[in-house]
Amino acid sequence: MRPRHILSVAVSCVATLAAAAACGSGGNAASSKTITVAYEEYGTFHAAGDLFKKIAPTFEKQHPGWKVQLVPIDAPENDYYTKLDLMNRSSSTAPDVLYEDTFLINSDVQAGYLAPLNSYVNSWPDWSQFFPASRKAVQAANGDYYGVPMSTDTRGLWYNKQIFAKAGLPVPWHPKTWADVLAAARAIKQKDPGVIPLNVYSGTPAGEATTMQGFEMLLYGTGETLFDKSTRKWIPPGTGFTNSLSFIKTIYDQGLAPKPEQELNPNIATTINAQWLPQGKLAIDLDGSWLPGTAWTAGNPNPWPKWSSVMGWTTMPTQNGQGSDITTMSGGWALSVGSSSPHKSMAFDLIELALNKQNSIYYAQRSGDLAVRQDVANDPAYDKAMPGLAFWTNLVKYTNYRPANTVYPRLSNEIQQATESVMTGQASAQQAASTYGQSLKQIAGPSNVEGG
Amino acid sequence: MAAGVSTPAGRKPLAAPPATGRGSARPRAGRTARRLGPLVPAVVLMLIFLAGPILWCVYAAFTNAALTGAGATNASFVGLANFRQMFGDPAFRDSVVTTVIFVVGSAVIGQNGLGLLMALLMRGRNRIFRTVIGTVAVAAWVVPEIVAAFVWYAYLNDQGTLNSVLKALHLPHPSWLYVYPLLAVTVANIWRGTAFSMLVFSAAISDVPPELMEAASVDGANAFQRLRRVMLPLMKRSIMTNLMLITLQTLSVFTLVFAMTGGGPGTKSETLPIYMYQEAFKFYQLGYGAAVALVLLLIGAIFSLIYVRALKVEM
Repeated sequence: MRPRHILSVAVSCVATLAAAAACGSGGNAASSKTITVAYEEYGTFHAAGDLFKKIAPTFEKQHPGWKVQLVPIDAPENDYYTKLDLMNRSSSTAPDVLYEDTFLINSDVQAGYLAPLNSYVNSWPDWSQFFPASRKAVQAANGDYYGVPMSTDTRGLWYNKQIFAKAGLPVPWHPKTWADVLAAARAIKQKDPGVIPLNVYSGTPAGEATTMQGFEMLLYGTGETLFDKSTRKWIPPGTGFTNSLSFIKTIYDQGLAPKPEQELNPNIATTINAQWLPQGKLAIDLDGSWLPGTAWTAGNPNPWPKWSSVMGWTTMPTQNGQGSDITTMSGGWALSVGSSSPHKSMAFDLIELALNKQNSIYYAQRSGDLAVRQDVANDPAYDKAMPGLAFWTNLVKYTNYRPANTVYPRLSNEIQQATESVMTGQASAQQAASTYGQSLKQIAGPSNVEGG
Repeated sequence: MAAGVSTPAGRKPLAAPPATGRGSARPRAGRTARRLGPLVPAVVLMLIFLAGPILWCVYAAFTNAALTGAGATNASFVGLANFRQMFGDPAFRDSVVTTVIFVVGSAVIGQNGLGLLMALLMRGRNRIFRTVIGTVAVAAWVVPEIVAAFVWYAYLNDQGTLNSVLKALHLPHPSWLYVYPLLAVTVANIWRGTAFSMLVFSAAISDVPPELMEAASVDGANAFQRLRRVMLPLMKRSIMTNLMLITLQTLSVFTLVFAMTGGGPGTKSETLPIYMYQEAFKFYQLGYGAAVALVLLLIGAIFSLIYVRALKVEM
């Protein structure tokens, strides 16, 4: 009886371990001839999915025996990064090709998730067509390239031409300084009190929109920045930082902006794009090049066919018109190859196909994002795709990128809190700036802050 | 896991011979092995899926594990750095205060007090009354957390039901979730959790011997004195169990707060679970998030100790 018993114990142990092991090793396709492609597919954004679905059959025809497996990740932007990084943590789930935000390239390289692509891009004739600024955005701190740029965006001022005409303001409008922007907002408030004069994204609920479309569009126009690329140190808040917060405080204190409780609604961006702008309730919006593509063109839930005749677009001025009197910020997306991919060269072949001239035009039209290839920007088909596209693409040469650094997301959150404390009157611009200064030292470490 | 424990029932005849009292060491060891043997799969599963993550969490709390950046592939031991960073962060301290207010307000006072009141009021009422009230209260308890959160969001938001009614009555209609975020999530959590306390207390009240209450009233004790001097002391054990359960449950509430206010505006309703989520998954610091989780565990333990002490219950 005893031996039988030991046997039964042994059997149950083995069965348990086998079950546990089976749980751990699901879906490893590393050895087969499959290229997995991970990308974001969420809400109105399915341009990346459309592109990969379009090219997959072509790729499979060009490389007989190979298969493309699409892994759409259904998550808003911030959760997309999290999910992608969770996939990257294990080589059994890490994708071969991934759709990657360029500002995360440095930290993902540090994490060892991405493969260097120098040898591939250097032998690719199309590489020289990519804008130098965009190529720089996929270059890690060590000088190697870790992705092929896919698209970019720029930021500036959108304004309602009908409201401007009613308020007696010039159309087309070319503000040269912050004071010009404020003067226009004040004129609108006086002549058309039912309209919200100006929106500059502020507060934590709008998330990165507050940091990038709002605060950084101001700060980088003061001559100050957040991060010194040459010394690789963070810059403590100076006059420019305080002035940018003062600008935000001014528009909220003087009723030139939405009410704080409106601005602090997590759905503020959708409200602005889908309601306030089309309904003529907002006169000026400091926002991104993608607005028509993600809200107004055909294919969106509430298309607004007349947008291009009602809305005007112009550059965001620097504080006092210094420099070229233009400031803008860019984000960017790239396709990268996973470091644990067993088929790196095949994965790069797929990227070459996805981002060749013809497919880049297709993607730009689909996504409403800006092209990053010179030959695409010059193509008449691209220019005709959407009014204003040439204007926004042209801004790339004035552009600034966010600090591509691991602690940026936390500092971005601090900036959002600083804007929120001035818009709600909890702090003066000076106080909010010094709070940011303290958090900066704490988060980045004093040795990574200039003069710290 | 429960299934793993119960399967050996079929083997009962084998294990059946009951010890007659004189069993020598050998057969007893054999019997122990025979009895424990079938537990092995369950124990192994428990170790892998329950103890494993907890141990990993404790370990991770002392590393710089991260989702991206240098800590992602080669997490290294950083000692108490996470805890130093935590206690130096004013946002963390605010979050602890918010959490304690939320737990005391919604669990200790709200769910516990209201649950007791409802259980007392339902005592001795007719069956129809008890069934109707009980069903309504339990209905709030059984809806999934995310549904409860949506219900309350729809009720309290700017253009929500409550404000539509207030507006129609020409009463002030503030933006509840913006002006009183912590109060809003507290009320929602009371609404959701009261039924549980009510059920626990109803059961405890039915265990109080009626003759004791009668004796007290013969001695001239009024209703409040009977409650205070007779009923509550007899219910001490149930009260403590209930307090502990709802405290631990409320400490870990995430969905309700996240869906209603997202922890905002600013950090006004940022409880520790929201703070932890933000640090671990928005700022990619897994190690730091794990450290916050340990502190959360500690706060739960402190609450439990306070209950045991305050109610003088022997464990």
